[in-house]
Amino acid sequence: MTADKAEPALEKDERVKEISGFRKAMIRPELGSICGTILVFVFFLLVARDSGMFSAEGALNWGVVSAQFAIIAVGACLLMIAGEFDLSVGSMIGFSGIVIALMSVTWGFPMWVAIITAFVVAVGIGWLNGYLVIRTGLPSFIVTLAFLYILRGLTIFAAIATTNKTIIGGIRDRVEGDWLAALFGGKILKGLFVWLADAGLIGKFVAGSRAGQPIVDGVPMLIVWAIVLIIFAHLLLTRTQFGNWIYAAGGDAQAARYTGVPVERVKILMFMFTAFCATVFATCQVMEFGSAAADRGLLKEFEAIISVVIGGALLTGGYGSVIGAALGALIFGVVQQGLFFAGVESSLFRVFLGGILLLAVILNTYIRRIITGER
Amino acid sequence: MTTPLIELRDIEKHFGAVIALAGVSLSVHPGECHCLLGDNGAGKSTFIKTMSGVHSPTKGSILVDGAETSFASTRDAIDAGIATVYQDLAMIPLMSVTRNFWMGREPKKRVGPFNFIDFGTANQVTMDEMAKMGIRLREPNQAVGTLSGGERQTVAIARAVHFGAKVLILDEPTSALGVRQTSNVLATIDKVRKKGIGVVFISHNVRHAMAVGDRFTVLNRGQTLGTAKRGEISPEELQELMAGGQELAELEGSLGGTV
Repeated sequence: MTADKAEPALEKDERVKEISGFRKAMIRPELGSICGTILVFVFFLLVARDSGMFSAEGALNWGVVSAQFAIIAVGACLLMIAGEFDLSVGSMIGFSGIVIALMSVTWGFPMWVAIITAFVVAVGIGWLNGYLVIRTGLPSFIVTLAFLYILRGLTIFAAIATTNKTIIGGIRDRVEGDWLAALFGGKILKGLFVWLADAGLIGKFVAGSRAGQPIVDGVPMLIVWAIVLIIFAHLLLTRTQFGNWIYAAGGDAQAARYTGVPVERVKILMFMFTAFCATVFATCQVMEFGSAAADRGLLKEFEAIISVVIGGALLTGGYGSVIGAALGALIFGVVQQGLFFAGVESSLFRVFLGGILLLAVILNTYIRRIITGER
Repeated sequence: MTTPLIELRDIEKHFGAVIALAGVSLSVHPGECHCLLGDNGAGKSTFIKTMSGVHSPTKGSILVDGAETSFASTRDAIDAGIATVYQDLAMIPLMSVTRNFWMGREPKKRVGPFNFIDFGTANQVTMDEMAKMGIRLREPNQAVGTLSGGERQTVAIARAVHFGAKVLILDEPTSALGVRQTSNVLATIDKVRKKGIGVVFISHNVRHAMAVGDRFTVLNRGQTLGTAKRGEISPEELQELMAGGQELAELEGSLGGTV
């Protein structure tokens, strides 16, 4: 028996200071990313207000970029909370894109068949990632690093072997009238934007073939996907039994197993979800560009992980927030596009980002210690 | 004598060439605290893992309420009312008390086509159950990491009791605790026993065992050295049985009877 300091458990009340409402509201996992977001917006409001960055068109510009980051960050966030990494996200984006292009353009399948095939294959690879991690007990870092190379290599090989090119174009012609492609490439709320333009709230083209149409003619499906995925993942994580299991699988897999949580299944499903998110990203991008390229998605896995970490997630799992990750993605997008609007040399993007990453993580670590009682 | 809640007869467990258990028997009656004592390596852990469905025995039989059963998984044992509280693995420190308390059995509330956790009920029940065990939480969203070691054990025990455990296996619940926390946990064991739940209390500390135990079984090198009732055996005798006799007597001589 360790007969050292006696800690009175029952009288704990009198030893715990009352926590003020304000402090309670502030102490949350997303605080680092909330502060970062405010900081970034204040900075660009001061520096680039007159550049059109905060007009409808400018907002759409950084909104789309942020949404791209958000889509892959949501997947990476849930996976990281479940205690695993996926470094193959970037390669998966390139891979899914090429699968869609090969199926539809080169082999002539309808676009919806191509998209569904890409999703099935990618989610299958996500399953394989998860299965290998669970079965071998190796760190997911290593297993998915292997797939980073395997998938990228296969993507380039497949593109070269079938078409002799690494970029496959001609997607636009295949998209026309396809019901599923519209879900990834179209825009919604067009009527609203016409109305807004008529009301003089947003600008119209004054010349050219589109004269009289609003400059911003709708919300791209990419942004819709990002919002839907964020809401879905947030509710799943914080409000459902499965969300509780995600936290548990990453917090302490063995303890979770003892209480009957199917840890293996949870982790494999999260690998599949991450692959799903990467494919959503890839499909939207292919629709937007009208082409697929074998080198798409380079370094995206790290950008996703950085967004998640800025959002307050713990690298070792068991702790984090989807809202935080989404704000991390917003910071990412606003900084990347904002520096362009501000006319700053774009290489400074990385400096700025590194600085924010460091600040947010320091703040997050401090907050997490308060919440979880880590020493 | 009533039918034991659980009875294990001549359990043997071999891991390859190693014989971890060579015929261990133990029974637990309602409202009884049965102490399982033994030094490190005596086979205590293997035995309780057999009892809680982690291992299946190589030989021997397990009887629940007098009927022979076998556990294919921990889930089977939990469903049969056998709950195990592991020393380090009882709780997930990063998660809130409520989330830990309901882990794996979250109460659900239907909203449209979706099933959400009913946090209103979950929080209320958690606070009530903890209050019954004498722990006043600041709030149910408090992370378990902010609780002391004794409080964590108590949350785990309260959870097992709330979910209808008939037999509660406690794996060295006091070995890492200070004096005050230990007495809190021992008091909790007493409360649980009074509800008619059978408790298996694993320890290598004779004093803790003597404080709450009704019966004592000593394991040594994978074998039962016998079961004794409270009052039939002195702490010194138990200590001696655990350590296997002679060596400790020698040690005790040189340490002046302080062990």
